[in-house]
Amino acid sequence: MSDDTILETRDLVKEFKGFVAVNGVNLRVKRGSIHALIGPNGAGKTTCFNLLTKFLEPTRGSIRFNGIDITRERPAEIARRGIIRSFQISAVFPHLSVLENVRIGLQRRLGTSFHFWKPEKSLEQLNDRAMALLESVDLAPFADSITVELPYGRKRALEIATTLALDPELMLLDEPTQGMGHEDVGRVVELIRKVSAGRTIMMVEHNLNVVADLSHTITVLARGAVLAEGPYAEVAKNPQVLEAYVGVAD
Amino acid sequence: MVTHRAALGFAALLIAGLAAPQFGIYPTFLMKCWCFALFACAFNLLIGYAGLLSFGHAAFFGAAGYIAGHAIKVWGWSPECGLLAATAFAAALGWLFGSLAIRRAGIYFAMITLALAQMTYFAWIQLKFTGGEDGLQGVPRGEMFGMIDLTDNMNLYYVVFAIFLAGFFLIYRTVHSPFGQVLKSIRENEPRALSLGYDVARYKLLAFVLSAALSGLAGATKTLVFQLASLTDAHWHTSGEVVLMTLLGGLGTVFGPVVGAFVVIGLQNQLADKVGSWVQVIMGAIFVACVLAFRRGIVGELMALMHRIGLRRV
Repeated sequence: MSDDTILETRDLVKEFKGFVAVNGVNLRVKRGSIHALIGPNGAGKTTCFNLLTKFLEPTRGSIRFNGIDITRERPAEIARRGIIRSFQISAVFPHLSVLENVRIGLQRRLGTSFHFWKPEKSLEQLNDRAMALLESVDLAPFADSITVELPYGRKRALEIATTLALDPELMLLDEPTQGMGHEDVGRVVELIRKVSAGRTIMMVEHNLNVVADLSHTITVLARGAVLAEGPYAEVAKNPQVLEAYVGVAD
Repeated sequence: MVTHRAALGFAALLIAGLAAPQFGIYPTFLMKCWCFALFACAFNLLIGYAGLLSFGHAAFFGAAGYIAGHAIKVWGWSPECGLLAATAFAAALGWLFGSLAIRRAGIYFAMITLALAQMTYFAWIQLKFTGGEDGLQGVPRGEMFGMIDLTDNMNLYYVVFAIFLAGFFLIYRTVHSPFGQVLKSIRENEPRALSLGYDVARYKLLAFVLSAALSGLAGATKTLVFQLASLTDAHWHTSGEVVLMTLLGGLGTVFGPVVGAFVVIGLQNQLADKVGSWVQVIMGAIFVACVLAFRRGIVGELMALMHRIGLRRV
């Protein structure tokens, strides 16, 4: 495997009691790229994500990250290797403050996460770094708000800030613009472009404008298998892809 | 601002605890209340901050009572050593229960804890040293640290109150610690906490062990007060009672379980000789009313009210 491949799957299979959700998927994600995973509903995109982060156990096949086999590792271990995922619905901690949300991402590295006898004040050393992260997603003015009160688009931005707190090598974004209004979509696209500097992003996305705008490589999944792969312009012309999406060949 | 309010609460608690027996309130009743208050606070650590509903907490409360009673009465240990041994035993039992139960969530978690607690309950019936239905009677109070004579009710009262305060502060600190932050994030969104690299099972287990240990401390202290360890404390009724106290006082609030414990024990005390076994029906009605009408509990509703008034003033 060449050095510029950050993540690779070989013949990844996931069966649910006879139903094959993911069927022999071979993915190769290039370091530093934005790689989109698209496909019709039920194509197995989210299942793929769950396999990559080990929220689901693959039936067969292997996953390699930076050349290391991570197929048998636990989700928390995968996260500590630098693969951080997001979720379809916004993944924030609703009843913690916005600042605390980001601090949760930062505090593991202090090594005091099990210290139940230490005061909360010991976490304040992280506040500057947390504020800088909030600044980068335009959330600094909301630092003391309770997260549940933020509008939806802001929650997604907070989620990205929390993910950035871990300085991940590979970010997996599951439908980052889902359920958003026009303005918010634009803001999140810019945000993803900004944070992609120096890291690799893989995302599942339904909004094809976003995909066309952002991604370098696109993998199209249909019925659990790879249908096509390549840059957007190329994939968009593929007759099989057209058929899967609109049901006609030409 | 929140800490300011908490400080006021602490001061009120401290003054009330120190002054209460001076106003002619029966010390044994107060001691019972403090024991159950600690028990409810320990239970609240698990449900209010880790989001885990255990329905077997009487196992730790009751087991520690037996261990303390046996160590002090039969082995002749000092009260402080008896309490420590009982707390350690409850922690170990908590580790065992926790390791088995935290693999499941929600109702399954509750059912596993209930099943394990029932198993220990029947073990206590069978084992000879517990005295079976009669209980382990006549536990001597002895002298704390060889200098405080616990046969004096007032001395014992202040020792019990000090034990409560120590446990209460440990819980408060745990909730407001780096560990507490992670625990709250797991309660709020477990998959997300996992995806940020936290081994959620290990955090839940530590919370479970802490909660079990402090429940044990409460149970052992109760044995010292009543000079008796009985099956009642290990019975599933007691597991239910601690749920009621915590809900009634305010789940996930620092002071709620204390208020809930005093209300429940107070009502039981007042009503027992007036209405007999109807007290169970009344408790049930309170439970239903609490769940239907004021889910945040007494302290939770008060805090919400203060929040609303504060907003209006702004």
